[in-house]
Amino acid sequence: MVNSGDTAWVLMSAALVLLMTPALAFFYGGMVRRKNVLSVLMQCFIVMCILSIHWVLIGYSLSFTPAKGFWGGFAWIGLRGVGLEPYADYAGTIPHQAFMIYQCMFAIITPALIIGAFAERMKFSAFLIFTLLWATFVYAPLCHWVWGIGGWLRNLGALDFAGGTVVHINAGIAALVTALILGKRVNLNKNVPTPHNMPFVVLGTGLLWFGWFGFNAGSALAANGLAVNAFVVTNTAAAAAGLSWALIEWLRNGKPTIFGLCSGAVAGLVAITPAAGFVSVIPAIIIGLLVSVFSFIAVAVIKPKLGYDDSLDAFGVHCIGGIWGALATGLFASKLVNPQGADGLFFGNPKQFIIQTLTVLVTIGYTFIVTFVIYKLVDLLIGVRVNQEEELMGLDLTQHHERAYTVLE
Amino acid sequence: MKLIIAIIQPSKLEEVKEELYRQEINLITVSEVLGHGRQKGITEIYRGAKETGNLLRKIRLEIAVNENFVEPTIKAIIQGAKTGETGDGKIFVLDLKECVRIRTEERGSVAIG
Repeated sequence: MVNSGDTAWVLMSAALVLLMTPALAFFYGGMVRRKNVLSVLMQCFIVMCILSIHWVLIGYSLSFTPAKGFWGGFAWIGLRGVGLEPYADYAGTIPHQAFMIYQCMFAIITPALIIGAFAERMKFSAFLIFTLLWATFVYAPLCHWVWGIGGWLRNLGALDFAGGTVVHINAGIAALVTALILGKRVNLNKNVPTPHNMPFVVLGTGLLWFGWFGFNAGSALAANGLAVNAFVVTNTAAAAAGLSWALIEWLRNGKPTIFGLCSGAVAGLVAITPAAGFVSVIPAIIIGLLVSVFSFIAVAVIKPKLGYDDSLDAFGVHCIGGIWGALATGLFASKLVNPQGADGLFFGNPKQFIIQTLTVLVTIGYTFIVTFVIYKLVDLLIGVRVNQEEELMGLDLTQHHERAYTVLE
Repeated sequence: MKLIIAIIQPSKLEEVKEELYRQEINLITVSEVLGHGRQKGITEIYRGAKETGNLLRKIRLEIAVNENFVEPTIKAIIQGAKTGETGDGKIFVLDLKECVRIRTEERGSVAIG
């Protein structure tokens, strides 16, 4: 039976999650140099177009058709069989297509996250091919294993409410692979890139936080108490993480920065994503406070030391945040919050923590290997990185023949 | 006294500054400009309308120096900015009639620093 309240909420949530991709575009766009801002916006927006089509043609089928094995299969190609009556095994009170379009927005934003790793140096054509292959061979299988009916991680009991593994660890590891293969931006040591438009970063963060309520609370797939729990812990974790990062900076660098505060808030949102439907508010605060510590170390200590050029910290924030969130779910999950979930280690069930760890390791391993293969393939076919002259002149002019800001009019 | 104006590639700014500091030339003004010499620009297209003009971003340095610093400054800029490719830039040397340090109201060679 279609419930109008649930359907309204899920449709609204789908719109909120879609908003997160333009939000991400500005979040990232403000962080790059002026000469590359359009390329970041372009990559994000083209993903919205290309994956919306990909999703309804094959992506949804590959990810969610009930099946054991590698992925869902082709039964729902072109949304054949996906109608307006509910599909009870996924969401009993909303039209099947509502569930499908909601999931579409997740499929869109996940590859967009990776943009943060190869910003300012990837060829646009290579980016398109890479994204399509990645959506097909990394996102769809992983999505199926964790969320699809018949998915083996789902059957094992892995808890991922809104995409800590499927979205954030997934994209974060792909980001690391990309950063390693592409190599550092030219003249990185001499010309330390600074964000060209911090207000964009803040704008993006605000819209991301807003949209994340659709990302997490919408994953309840109903307008009910569970959605409320997810909403509450999402806000709380983001707030805690933002404060935590600001405090770390204040102590370590002398002053808190807006960039740090935004990074912390986003890290908190990432970390609470897998946990939102399973933990209560006090664990949410702990999760938020700690994720900033881990992400900060990854970004400010480990990255400079190891020297990989993850331009916009997609790995440091999304992967590390996602790993902590997935593991924290194994610690703090409680059946009192969600009877359909499980108890975590701190509620007397250490087994869940082991399942979560396994899920994290599988995600890392699979994504790392397949992303690597896809990258190498695209590199062999058409070359993935722009040449040095193009990189110095900027991607906006060289890849798109456009300039973001007029200097003289 | 001379005023040296140099137009260089933006990506070379840090290297040029380093070379200048090495020659003990520490007082410079930097601004961003558009321009081109023989280096080709890029034609921008906005919804089908082509924008010709194709000016490229450059960095402009202005350095006031005493006579004995002119050659070291020129050499330092070349050292930092030269790549051998079209688009390396140009250096102009202008006569400077007067120079005043505002804080102390000193004039002349002393004020150049």
